[in-house]
Amino acid sequence: MTPADSAPAVTPGVSRIDVPVLARVEGEGELHIRTRGGRIVDLKLSIPEPPRLFEGFLRGRHFMEVPDITARICGICPIAYQMSSIHALERALGVEAHPSIRLLRRLFYCGEWIESHVLHIFFLHLPDFLGCQDAFEVAAKNADAVRMALRLKKLGNGIVRVMGGREIHPVSACVGGFYRVPRKEELEALVPELEWALAASLQAVSLTASLEFPDFEQDYEFVALSHPDEYALNEGRIVSNRGLNVDAAEFEEHIVEQHVRHSNALHSVIRERGSYMVGPLARFNLNYAQLTEKARRAAEQARLKPPVRNPFRSIVARAVETVFACEEALRLIAAYEPPPLPRVEARPRPATGAAATEAPRGLLYHRYSVDENGLITEARIVPPTAQNLRRMEEDLWSYVPGLLGLDSAQIAWRAEMAVRNYDPCISCATHFLKLRREDG
Amino acid sequence: MSSDGRKPRIAVFKFASCDGCQLSLLDAEDELLAVAGAVEIAYFPEASRRMEKGPYDIALVEGSITTHHDAEAIQRIRRQAKTLVTIGACATAGGIQALRNWHDTAEWVRLVYAKPDFISTLKTSTPVAEHVPVDFELRGCPINKHQLLELISATLAGRRPNIPTYSLCIECKRRGNICVMVAAGTPCLGPVTQAGCGALCPSMRRGCYGCFGPMENANAPSLASQFRVLGSSRDEVERAFRSYNGWAWPFRKVFEEAPKP
Ligand code: SF4
Ligand code: SF4
Repeated sequence: MTPADSAPAVTPGVSRIDVPVLARVEGEGELHIRTRGGRIVDLKLSIPEPPRLFEGFLRGRHFMEVPDITARICGICPIAYQMSSIHALERALGVEAHPSIRLLRRLFYCGEWIESHVLHIFFLHLPDFLGCQDAFEVAAKNADAVRMALRLKKLGNGIVRVMGGREIHPVSACVGGFYRVPRKEELEALVPELEWALAASLQAVSLTASLEFPDFEQDYEFVALSHPDEYALNEGRIVSNRGLNVDAAEFEEHIVEQHVRHSNALHSVIRERGSYMVGPLARFNLNYAQLTEKARRAAEQARLKPPVRNPFRSIVARAVETVFACEEALRLIAAYEPPPLPRVEARPRPATGAAATEAPRGLLYHRYSVDENGLITEARIVPPTAQNLRRMEEDLWSYVPGLLGLDSAQIAWRAEMAVRNYDPCISCATHFLKLRREDG
Repeated sequence: MSSDGRKPRIAVFKFASCDGCQLSLLDAEDELLAVAGAVEIAYFPEASRRMEKGPYDIALVEGSITTHHDAEAIQRIRRQAKTLVTIGACATAGGIQALRNWHDTAEWVRLVYAKPDFISTLKTSTPVAEHVPVDFELRGCPINKHQLLELISATLAGRRPNIPTYSLCIECKRRGNICVMVAAGTPCLGPVTQAGCGALCPSMRRGCYGCFGPMENANAPSLASQFRVLGSSRDEVERAFRSYNGWAWPFRKVFEEAPKP
């Protein structure tokens, strides 16, 4: 039973806590909590963010245009959208990218992980733990930490810029490879800063580990990609701690979306069981053994050991993944040899392909059908935030009752903080997918 | 600093968009703390919980107008803002979501949502300037962060921002690129697109897809005929002009008559 099912009917005269615009999340969300006699009678995380209908207008576009278009779903993780759509289309069209291309894509993704994780840790989430309204207030107390964060974030963006021209909506990635691949020297020029970044990210782990975490644990189903040889980023099977183990092509057989009235975003559930969590904690818990040694040691020192069930500690998991991404980027640059051709030509044929990759905030699923002219006939996109929304609401149903002794402003702030554990990207969450209709 | 010695108040608003343009401000890593020190960031929900009421000296507006609620909100913002600047293709030209303007939006809503009656959205995605007077429009999908910083400092200094209105071709020549249209026959929107990105796409041997929108006095119909000469089908030409800035009139007019007054 979901918390909503168990709630008694709403009665007049209740007190309300409204957070009309949720700050420090990307896009717009709203949270409404109603309490009565010390209990919550209603709680809604709603997404008034206007729908942008990507899946509608992708129809009729050529497959080579898709990665540029899907990037525009989200300015914080455009590469995730490019990668998932490219992989899905390559699977549809039977394109096998060169191993060097595969390596470059992983490096590209490391850049985005570093940028996005550092932004979230220091600018969106840390201020909560320190009782600050924003990172500018944090900077007034600890300028060094914020300066370090800015330099780290810049390095993440730097990787993306070298490969893609610019940090937001880069222009190099395409079906079959890249329009232009970097020369080895261009990537090597990043090495000194990456070495600094590796040390800085270790500091970020100890800094985040020293925060005070609310005493709150939940029994989650964690879902992430998993790959036999590597900490999964771009490829792998979709697995969970409760036995899910499927190819991306089977995603929709197991995960269904429900459209709820209070939100412009859809809620995902695992058909057999209900809500689940994607993102850094899920990846950390499921693929811990494949982290680099430095990342694992940093986690150990931070007393972060799988399974981590306290969602507030996701900030530490993000820092650990930043260590991983820096080390992995160094390894990838050392191993890089430019491919013989920047890309292989993909020939259109009528086909359907699906793929999932690990966006910084979690699993991102895409499926496309293409016709004989290479035009898209159907598109479906399930962003990580839509997958986490149900779980976010459930966290709040469990977490907020313990806060009811506080004043409304404090409750609202703590609830927001709990939502920010998920690093929700609300712009992403409002363009999902076609639903199978469930009547009755 | 304004005449009464207080710091200028800046607000950042968002409508239908990907957040990329406002993120450009946070991506100005080297300048961010200096900017935050020089101005009062009065309203910027993506970065701060502090949400203060207007009036604001500068309102930066990202995103296009796609709901009744947003059409009303932009009026309120205009009343509170001394200077209103749109940032990016969404706010300036309707953005990628303006593709709905040529289609049946209701059908797309049905395609995406199980219970379309829960969704309230306008049939169109329109630029801010179709709703309220705009003081300056910053192009790009996303905007260029250096242009954004120039715009903020120029506005605060009371001068016109120094932002080029010439075509992408000039930047491309300056970079010493070989023209992708002349050399490879690749359709490129560079000749009608406003400079600002540094000619990124031609530098990667691909054609510009126009994310900075139409330059001043762009002759898009003439470029469209050139695309046909290079072998593009009518549909391909249409798709080329109908993307991130498709609703901007200089691009629209390739396929449409001027609206009757
Ligand atoms: S103009 Fe482009 S980058 Fe800016 S908000 Fe719109 S989609 Fe995002
Ligand atoms: S070349 Fe054109 S499409 Fe490419 S980034 Fe520049 S303006 Fe945008």
